[in-house]
Amino acid sequence: MVYQVNESNFESEVLQSPVPVLVDFNATWCGPCRMLKPVLEQLAEERPDVKVVSVDVDEAPELAEEYDVSSIPCVVLMKNGQEADRSVGFMPKDGLLALIGG
Amino acid sequence: MTDVLIVGAGPAGMTAAIYARRAAKSVLVLEARSYGGQIVNTPDIENYPVEAHISGFDFATRLYEQAKALGAEFRFEKAVEIRVDGDVKTVVTPKNEYEAKTVIVATGSDPRKLGVEGEDRLVGRGVSYCATCDGAFFRKKTVAVVGGGNTAVEDALYLADLAEKVYLIHRREGFRADEATLKKLKARENVEFVLNATVTALHAEKRLTGIDVTDKDGNMRHIELNGLFAAVGRIPENQNFSQIIELDAAGYAVADESCRTKTPGVFVAGDNRTKDVRQLVTAAADGAVAASAAIKYLSE
Repeated sequence: MVYQVNESNFESEVLQSPVPVLVDFNATWCGPCRMLKPVLEQLAEERPDVKVVSVDVDEAPELAEEYDVSSIPCVVLMKNGQEADRSVGFMPKDGLLALIGG
Repeated sequence: MTDVLIVGAGPAGMTAAIYARRAAKSVLVLEARSYGGQIVNTPDIENYPVEAHISGFDFATRLYEQAKALGAEFRFEKAVEIRVDGDVKTVVTPKNEYEAKTVIVATGSDPRKLGVEGEDRLVGRGVSYCATCDGAFFRKKTVAVVGGGNTAVEDALYLADLAEKVYLIHRREGFRADEATLKKLKARENVEFVLNATVTALHAEKRLTGIDVTDKDGNMRHIELNGLFAAVGRIPENQNFSQIIELDAAGYAVADESCRTKTPGVFVAGDNRTKDVRQLVTAAADGAVAASAAIKYLSE
């Protein structure tokens, strides 16, 4: 399950999450983002130890700005409220698994 | 052993898959990233016959579904080597080796980088290779486009509608871009041309904050900006296959309209081939031609 996150619940869902979070910055008009979506959904199924959330940059432009996102899809790995790593552009599942580590 | 192994699931590769399957050949398509290739980045395709408007994503997805429904198999692995032993071709990926009677290389191309220090780290943090993909992040900001071809001039025009200010940086005085588009750009008040100059440094904190450009006389100028769009051409993805495919000076696979290479049973299709017009429709056409050539080779 990939949760939709916006400015109002980013703090509680991402920054205060006890488990690592993959934040997928995306937009409806972005082709590679739509390619990535099923990959992230599959990953969320397979890895219950990681939370996967989606941020629509048109609905949450301040979040995109705050995280210096200038190209999407951009997947940011958050651990304990801090950015641990990120990947820009479409990424196959193996690449995302490598990003998470383990 | 697969009859037709296709490397690359862009419009050329997937069209080849359709043609080969319709001729009842077994087909395996290997793709390093996602199906669709470059066209996925295009928000609205307006020049493909029959469809007046279709998004690149929808186009790619429908083509993929069509090829799959006909029985083409897709695997998401990157082909790193092709070995040829007479009639048997072995395509190597990091995980597997696949044997095939024929191979169609339809790997397309990647954007050329500027080659400035720090560039890779700043991709997605101010550095971009696709104005229509990332332009929206630079509304009312300052950006620069680097290049002198049609892509650069069209990108600058597109960005001029969004951004506060656009610099067009080009290493020469003259442009390869067509005169009409260039004229439109010159009429824009928020566009400044920086000619005979190249980007020599990137400045950044967490994200790109500015660049240095140096002109042909060695004079340096600092420009503060938020975004840098490189449009300095593309690099065909043929590097791994130079043993079996002849490449020209720019790295394109040398093949004529028949899509045949110097190696019997190995064909090329799409943007990585030497050709004058690289469009969606010519990529699809290559796919059909290469598959037909492969089918003919199989019957000989």
